[in-house]
Amino acid sequence: MAQIIVEGLSKFFQVAERRPGLWGAVSGLLRRDHRSVAALQDVSFEINAGELVGYIGPNGAGKSTTIKILSGILVPTAGRCEVRGRVPWLERHQHVADIGVVFGQRSQLWWDLPVMESFDLLRDIYRVPASEYRDTRDQLIAEMSIEPLLATPVRQLSLGQRMRCDLVASLLHCPSILFLDEPTIGLDAVSRLALRHFIRRINRERGTTIILTTHDMDDIEALCERVIVIGRGTILSDGPLAGLREQLDPERRMKVELVNDERFDVEHARVISREGTMLQLSFDPRRITTPELIRRISESHEVRDLLVEYPPIEELIAKLYADSADSKPAVIEPSA
Amino acid sequence: MSSTYFSAYVAVISARYRGLLQYRAAAFAGFVTQLFWGCIKIMIMFAFFAASDEPQPMSIVEVVSYIWLGQAMLGMLPWSIDKDIEAMIRSGDVSYELVRPLDLYTFWFCRTIALRTATTTLRAIPMVIFAMIGLPLVGAVDWALLPPADLITFLAFVISLGCALMLACAFTMLMHVVLVWTISGEGLNRFIPAIVNVFSGMIVPLPLFPDWMQGFLEWQPFRGLVDVPFRIYTGNIPLGSAAPDVALQLLWAAVFIWLGRRMLTGSMRRMVVQGG
Repeated sequence: MAQIIVEGLSKFFQVAERRPGLWGAVSGLLRRDHRSVAALQDVSFEINAGELVGYIGPNGAGKSTTIKILSGILVPTAGRCEVRGRVPWLERHQHVADIGVVFGQRSQLWWDLPVMESFDLLRDIYRVPASEYRDTRDQLIAEMSIEPLLATPVRQLSLGQRMRCDLVASLLHCPSILFLDEPTIGLDAVSRLALRHFIRRINRERGTTIILTTHDMDDIEALCERVIVIGRGTILSDGPLAGLREQLDPERRMKVELVNDERFDVEHARVISREGTMLQLSFDPRRITTPELIRRISESHEVRDLLVEYPPIEELIAKLYADSADSKPAVIEPSA
Repeated sequence: MSSTYFSAYVAVISARYRGLLQYRAAAFAGFVTQLFWGCIKIMIMFAFFAASDEPQPMSIVEVVSYIWLGQAMLGMLPWSIDKDIEAMIRSGDVSYELVRPLDLYTFWFCRTIALRTATTTLRAIPMVIFAMIGLPLVGAVDWALLPPADLITFLAFVISLGCALMLACAFTMLMHVVLVWTISGEGLNRFIPAIVNVFSGMIVPLPLFPDWMQGFLEWQPFRGLVDVPFRIYTGNIPLGSAAPDVALQLLWAAVFIWLGRRMLTGSMRRMVVQGG
């Protein structure tokens, strides 16, 4: 049975509009035009216990709105939403006791208190029994290696340090579902890696269901088996990352460095770009296998170096967004 | 409702209290300022009382004690808002407050209790020591804060002061709730302190206002913040007739809490968390 069920979820916001210019400002005092903006339109998906799902989309696509509805902060305009059998905004207290939330751009730690006191405060807020709390806390602190930070007031932490503490804070009450809204935003490479490692571990070892929104495609590639893509409030794609690749852009990339600066012409290999002896090729593995292409290239050219890779996932997503920008959204069936 | 139900809220009060206690420099500056103003107010009152032969509704001795209490308890007045709550509402961090298994109004009320008491304790204790013990030591007996007449008067004062705290927090919460609508606290911060200061009796003790205003002054809510507890302390309100005044404090606190809750529920229903 699915842990999270979302069915036909829609959310409209009323936005007050003002005509430009001075006259607009004056008339806006008397009468305001309200426009209804759809943040979500007929969104449906199901997530099972223990899944680690990437939820991606451009700015303003409706990612955060979905997370806020799922965590009981916002009430949707229409549709059904159940998390572990509860409607988040109706049974808010019981619901939020069972979820953890991290908003990457905000902090849940108390600004002027040392980290440890924020943790203790969360223990009291979530009413976690003392011995249980000690075990969880010590384990999380060790896994995230934040021991040296515990006595520091939060305002003195760096962004990366703070985010590590924030992540620990969201798990102190052992929630069965964790919502991570852009947790890696603004972090340096080392912090990102540490965070990813930790997220994967929480998912595997504790079986916590995790929904991760991010703009960082490396996060998705490293963590998520399943990716839901949202654009302009509707779901564009839902399925494994590999399936998304196959449907959108089955092509592979090959970087070739030639010994001589010479004319390059090999069948089935398209030159995307060239800088002297460095070539970027694109080919369709359904037409020509990778070994066969390599054989042909080495037959006709002297090759110094060669590298086969997937097209970067950013390009896939960009393609998906571009498709959705056409009048009718290209809804891609989830692949099995 | 078990004890664990309350322990969460008690923990919030204590955490916020500890956080606010850190600001020692601000407390010291506040203490010096209040001391300065206290002296000026007392000089003005001495001048007033010297200029009039008519019997006044308060004796000068009562007025002096009243002024010192006011200087000590100034931080308890609802003249400011919780900067953290304002920042949270402005930045959208308020999202985090909503994913806690707590009642938001009570949660913030607890934060407010800490706000109103932490700064006050830091300033009140040195102020009372100075005015009650320090001034007589240097010979300024006329200027000193006198202890209450007896223990029962003191207990009545403590009860009334507790009610004043509830009233102050309930009113501060109203300001916080309005903040959810207006996002910025600038307007409130300029407007509210003026009203609170005058009508609570902080600037001039309410009995010294003209007679024609007394009917209104007696019933308005801000009287419960300063006038009631301080006049109980000085004995200007005799113990026998203090009960209705304390009841009035509680009544207004209840009205503000009811109103704040209703407004908060309403605004949460139509809330759009900024940046979402």
